[in-house]
Amino acid sequence: MSQLPLLSILVGIPLLGAVLCLFVRAEAARWIALIATLLDLALGSYLWALYDPSGPQWQFVEFVTLGGGINWALGIDGIALVLIMLSVFLMPICIGASWRAIEKRVPEYMAYFLLMEALMLGVFAAQDLFLFYIFFEGGLIPMYLIIGVWGGAERIKASYKFFLYTLFGSVLMLIAMLYMVITAKTTFIPDLMAYDFPVHAQTWLWLAFFASFAVKMPMWPVHTWLPDAHVQAPTAGSVILAGVLLKMGGYGFIRFSLPMFPEGSLQFIPLVFALSGIAVVYTSLVALVQRDMKKLIAYSSVAHMAFVTFGLFAMNRQGIEGAMVVMLSHGLVSGALFLCVGVVYDRLHSREIEKYGGLSNNMPGYALLFMVFTMASVGLPGTSGFVGEFLSLVGTYHASTWAAIVATTGIILGAAYMLWLYWRIAFGTARTKEAAAMKDLSAREWWLLAPIAAAVFWMGIYPESFVRPIRNDVGRLLVRLERVAPAGDSQPTPGKPKLKVIDAEGQHGEAH
Amino acid sequence: MGRFAPLLPELILSIGGTILMLVAAFTGRRGSGLTSWLSVALLIAATFALMGAPSHAGPVFDGLIAADLFASFGKAIMFPAAAIAIIAAHGWFEHDHEHSSEYAVLIVFSAVGMSVMVSATSLVSLYVGLELQSLAAYVLASYRRSDERSAEAGLKYFVLGALASGILLYGISLLYGFTGTMNFTGLASAFGRGAPSLGLLFGLVFLLAGLAFKASVVPFHMWTPDVYEGAPTPVTAFFASAPKVAAVLLATRVCIEALGPATEAWRQIVIFAALASIFLGAVGAFGQTNIKRLLAYSSINNVGFALIGLAAAGPQGASSVLFYMAVYIVMTLGAFLCVLWMRRPDGEPVETIASLSGLSQTRPAFAAAIAIFMFSLAGIPPLFGFWPKLLVFNAAVASGYVALAVAGIVGTVVGAYYYLKIVKVMYMDDPVEPFERAREPIQGFLILLAAVIVSPLGYLLIGPLGALTDRAAGALF
Repeated sequence: MSQLPLLSILVGIPLLGAVLCLFVRAEAARWIALIATLLDLALGSYLWALYDPSGPQWQFVEFVTLGGGINWALGIDGIALVLIMLSVFLMPICIGASWRAIEKRVPEYMAYFLLMEALMLGVFAAQDLFLFYIFFEGGLIPMYLIIGVWGGAERIKASYKFFLYTLFGSVLMLIAMLYMVITAKTTFIPDLMAYDFPVHAQTWLWLAFFASFAVKMPMWPVHTWLPDAHVQAPTAGSVILAGVLLKMGGYGFIRFSLPMFPEGSLQFIPLVFALSGIAVVYTSLVALVQRDMKKLIAYSSVAHMAFVTFGLFAMNRQGIEGAMVVMLSHGLVSGALFLCVGVVYDRLHSREIEKYGGLSNNMPGYALLFMVFTMASVGLPGTSGFVGEFLSLVGTYHASTWAAIVATTGIILGAAYMLWLYWRIAFGTARTKEAAAMKDLSAREWWLLAPIAAAVFWMGIYPESFVRPIRNDVGRLLVRLERVAPAGDSQPTPGKPKLKVIDAEGQHGEAH
Repeated sequence: MGRFAPLLPELILSIGGTILMLVAAFTGRRGSGLTSWLSVALLIAATFALMGAPSHAGPVFDGLIAADLFASFGKAIMFPAAAIAIIAAHGWFEHDHEHSSEYAVLIVFSAVGMSVMVSATSLVSLYVGLELQSLAAYVLASYRRSDERSAEAGLKYFVLGALASGILLYGISLLYGFTGTMNFTGLASAFGRGAPSLGLLFGLVFLLAGLAFKASVVPFHMWTPDVYEGAPTPVTAFFASAPKVAAVLLATRVCIEALGPATEAWRQIVIFAALASIFLGAVGAFGQTNIKRLLAYSSINNVGFALIGLAAAGPQGASSVLFYMAVYIVMTLGAFLCVLWMRRPDGEPVETIASLSGLSQTRPAFAAAIAIFMFSLAGIPPLFGFWPKLLVFNAAVASGYVALAVAGIVGTVVGAYYYLKIVKVMYMDDPVEPFERAREPIQGFLILLAAVIVSPLGYLLIGPLGALTDRAAGALF
């Protein structure tokens, strides 16, 4: 293993870039941001190549003690690795998407984005409980400013809602963390993952963490900040919000709630399944009636993230691996869909579905890519969406038949709203003159969308590349959950062969 | 001479202050610059003298004063804060030709009072220190004689302060009457003899009420917004920093050293005061349009958090209070130095929050500094203001007061709203007329220093500062 502190460098590059951006003009800031994010992408890929799936659980470990109960402890397992990959992959695309769309206060904007990236990567790499919290909460500040300064008409309200909602969720988690550290006498996450907290305490600890992650995820009914934030944020902000920030909720469940409080998790499976079931059906129906493209995709995010919670709390291999793949896939697909909205928004400055139509005539390239992402969102076999949703549904079915039935309706509803959206935008005739006159994708936009499309197909056709790093870690999690995993109501039961029954009856009759 | 060695910092300040007063009397307005810088030098010398003074000298003057590490820690943060308050006035009073030398001298005497406060181990020295500090403060509040608001602030502060002193004295007399001693250790043993009598309990309540006034803790906070708004801004910066620390540290020492055995009796008072301060401080700030009033409520809110650490009692709680006040003083001074720089192009100071609109576009670095202080005061990580909050909550959870910690932390979310409002005004609103460009390199450097300390780089201080506060708090037990 290499001796360089690779993870610190990974976090440090965007941080350095952010500082540099503040001292230069717009054009230079754009290039600095692009180079910094590309460097991080390269470094992330290097980590992926170095990562040994069958090696120790925690790799690239770094440990510097800061004293006073906090340590600069970094280290990643496979689960963190794939999420880091997702982040570093989406960041250069976000910078590219803001290249021309952002005209005012560019250096500041790029600085906040790079700061955001550093904090996100820190969340996934942190091995110290408080360090994790600092990164987790720190992300609020740049996002608050991104939404508030560069957002749409209702940006102020949306930024406040985003900040205070998520802050409120997180502070309760902080108290739970303090309790955990005092009880377990360590802040080291791997140690805490193996620590058995008293069962009565687990209930409260689980709820405190749930308050934070459910808001972040977001789960119904605490999802209401999301549509506002998404709609008002600039395109790249939406991409990073949907692509990475929402994944922190799922990551939190998989890193904290499940391994640290297995009994607590078991207790609340019905709650999670009920909320997820409502989310799938209700938010899908809400998505169906939206007139605003971004809002529609935002609601679809809530529905998709419900697949993640279903899969995670099924507590079996298919469910958890499926949930991970859904997270990765949704990160790519919803990010790409927001970019697609951004492409037409840049041309027409409207997100109203009404204003568009017939884009397949004048924007064939756009229509093609948009279709790919629509299909991936629907879950067409061959795309990433299918793999994740199928696996998590299988897992859910093992745990609870009813939950699986409700969850599956989400696929049908998802197809309904996504296909209808695509039909209204791409087919038929243009509803406005301006829409008919729009030009097809520029080279820059191709460069943004094509890599995501490639990744979507890669994940759909050969998901092994993404499942391999996480397989052993999911295994370790399952060992931890073994003692509580629900038996499920769809066990294969031994049949009663007819022949024997007749024999028995025959004997029965003979005896008398 | 040996018995005076533990008092070296106080001696430097008292003798130096007296001489400076004479200098001021003879040089008049011309000598204001000279006295200011000499006062700063005195305070710096006193800070350095802390290192030389034996910090384990134990009780001096028959137990009137203790020169222990707890007191030294308090002095080590208060003296520099007082010095900064003098530097902050540089270039402020010149605008209206009122700057006379007494300002710096008064702050030096106030510093002597504060240092007696934090080292007092007897009710007499407690009262003497408190009054010395307060009398200087009353004059400072009304320092701009020609300004009605300043005069009003001084009068209000004096009348209410005198009332609080009366309450405090009444409490002291009750305690003395029922125990026959003024000494903290004597009081502790009196409280240790079974359940305290009604008279002792009354004495305790009055004593704490008097201290709550000095620390501007709810429900004795009413004077704070008015005095902070009316007093000249450098004076407000001083009020919000050093005297506040002195009052909180004094309360900590009284609660733990003198009233330790009666912890159950005062803890409920402190818990109420903490939560009331947090929520009233947060809610009261909502509608404010004047930045000094807003910061006044912010200081009420922040003292509430420090009191959570006190409610936890024990060495960990006391240590978290010290840590909290040390970081608080940096954030507050930083924020007020920024307020000092809010001047219209014609040099006239402005205090409205609206005048900050769009500051991030007209003065990006200035806006960034204010944003850092605001996020830090709100306790949002990764800024350093988060860590002391974590420590006080940690102390509360560790001593079993989880509900208190939860209530307090919900208060941070309520409070976050108005800090965000300032950031919103600076970053998201359209620019208005820009401020005059400040020409105070020393103040600029101090703002930068404060911003660096509360930035994430501050986390590097956790180790050394944490060890120091642990040792200082250990002196009380």
